[in-house]
Amino acid sequence: MSKINLYKFASPATFYGLAGQMIPGFAILSAILFAVGLYIGFFVAPTDAQQGEAYRIIFIHVPAAWMSMFIYVVMAVYAGVGLAFNTRLSAMMAQALAPTGALFAFIALFTGSFWGKPMWGTWWVWDARLTSQLILFFLYIGFISLQAAIDDPRRSDRAGALIALVGVINVPIIYFSVKWWNTLHQGASISLTKAPSMAHTMLAGMLIMAIACWTYTIAVALSRVRLIILERERHSTWVSELLEDIK
Amino acid sequence: MSMLAWIMKRDLLLAIRRKSDVLTTLFFFVIMVSLFPLGVGPEPQLLKAMGPGVLWVAALLASMLSLGRLFAADYADGTLEQMLLCPESLALIVLAKAAIHWLASELPLVLMAPLLGLQFGLSGDALWVLTLSLLLGTPVLSLVGAIGASLTLGLRGGGVLVSLLVLPLYIPVLIFGAGAVDASTSGLGAEGHLSILGALLVLALLATPKAVAAALRISLE
Repeated sequence: MSKINLYKFASPATFYGLAGQMIPGFAILSAILFAVGLYIGFFVAPTDAQQGEAYRIIFIHVPAAWMSMFIYVVMAVYAGVGLAFNTRLSAMMAQALAPTGALFAFIALFTGSFWGKPMWGTWWVWDARLTSQLILFFLYIGFISLQAAIDDPRRSDRAGALIALVGVINVPIIYFSVKWWNTLHQGASISLTKAPSMAHTMLAGMLIMAIACWTYTIAVALSRVRLIILERERHSTWVSELLEDIK
Repeated sequence: MSMLAWIMKRDLLLAIRRKSDVLTTLFFFVIMVSLFPLGVGPEPQLLKAMGPGVLWVAALLASMLSLGRLFAADYADGTLEQMLLCPESLALIVLAKAAIHWLASELPLVLMAPLLGLQFGLSGDALWVLTLSLLLGTPVLSLVGAIGASLTLGLRGGGVLVSLLVLPLYIPVLIFGAGAVDASTSGLGAEGHLSILGALLVLALLATPKAVAAALRISLE
């Protein structure tokens, strides 16, 4: 039975309605979680012994970095499904996720440099993680600009899907080569992995923020995909009926 | 097989008859490399340290510039469509075209690189490693670049778009290519880096022709 439902919602017309029903829930959940997570991060979590108050940027920085990586993989999976089974909605989802992924990659870089200034004394270090995050940001930009350059939606979907898949295969290669490059050049002077064991409240705050980012991403991607559906299906009868209803 | 031989022969002939295309890329490479000393100053020690990286980055950019020629002319006159229709495996055709592209556009750069390396004061050993690393690395650039070239066929602003798509993917080759020369000058030995470049080349040879074939089908649909 569930199979039938899945196929039913693979149609843009039915998914449009489903997405509309799901958005408010995820949006409200994300607002609540952000409020709770930020409260824990800024008021409840103890001051770090080594890093003082400045470490609190971790509550935005780390979830954003996680999300930027997750979203790329999710995007590539949608793209792969779209390419393999020719499902239009998957390609639309990939397209809808990309800007949010790029946004999180940017936030991770931006907050990272604000964290780096008080901790390391510089805005930017060519650390393996920072560099691979930057390259991930470039990969998002490549995907978005390729899709934007192609007018025909079918070709744009499939070309984007291919570059997303090529990108996702390359991400580990790039990560390890950057890591090796970095250790060869300057030695592991700064390592985020060797952070002192974290207080439970810090971890809780970070996880809540991560879930908040997830729900935010779902809400935003769904509203973006609704717009993409409307744009693509503008010549179909159900969209014109929908517009009639609104009028 | 004869089909592939014909395609290779034809591409080679076209490249030989359009010498200016090859020379433009080569001189772009030379000019690009010569600009760096003018920009950072003639300090021999600095130039020696920068040399491998500069040469490799210039090779990356030059190779990217020449990507447009890989499929564009065949796309414009419809030959590419005929190639898609012919019974020979498209991935093999792509491999043949990429091989000739490398021979015509990248090999001249590889041969020119030691001369430019001399200008940066690289030692004899370093020059050998540089040439070897370029020999192993530039085919990867052609193959990976072919993905970008095939996806952007006939698009507005295709050239700039290719750079956005392809340059991030070139990074591992750059790291290990320039790293090989650095490792050899610092006495670590370049074998490790060269082995990884070789591994990347094998991976690219196996995986990219299929991807390019898929991309061509998408672009020509």
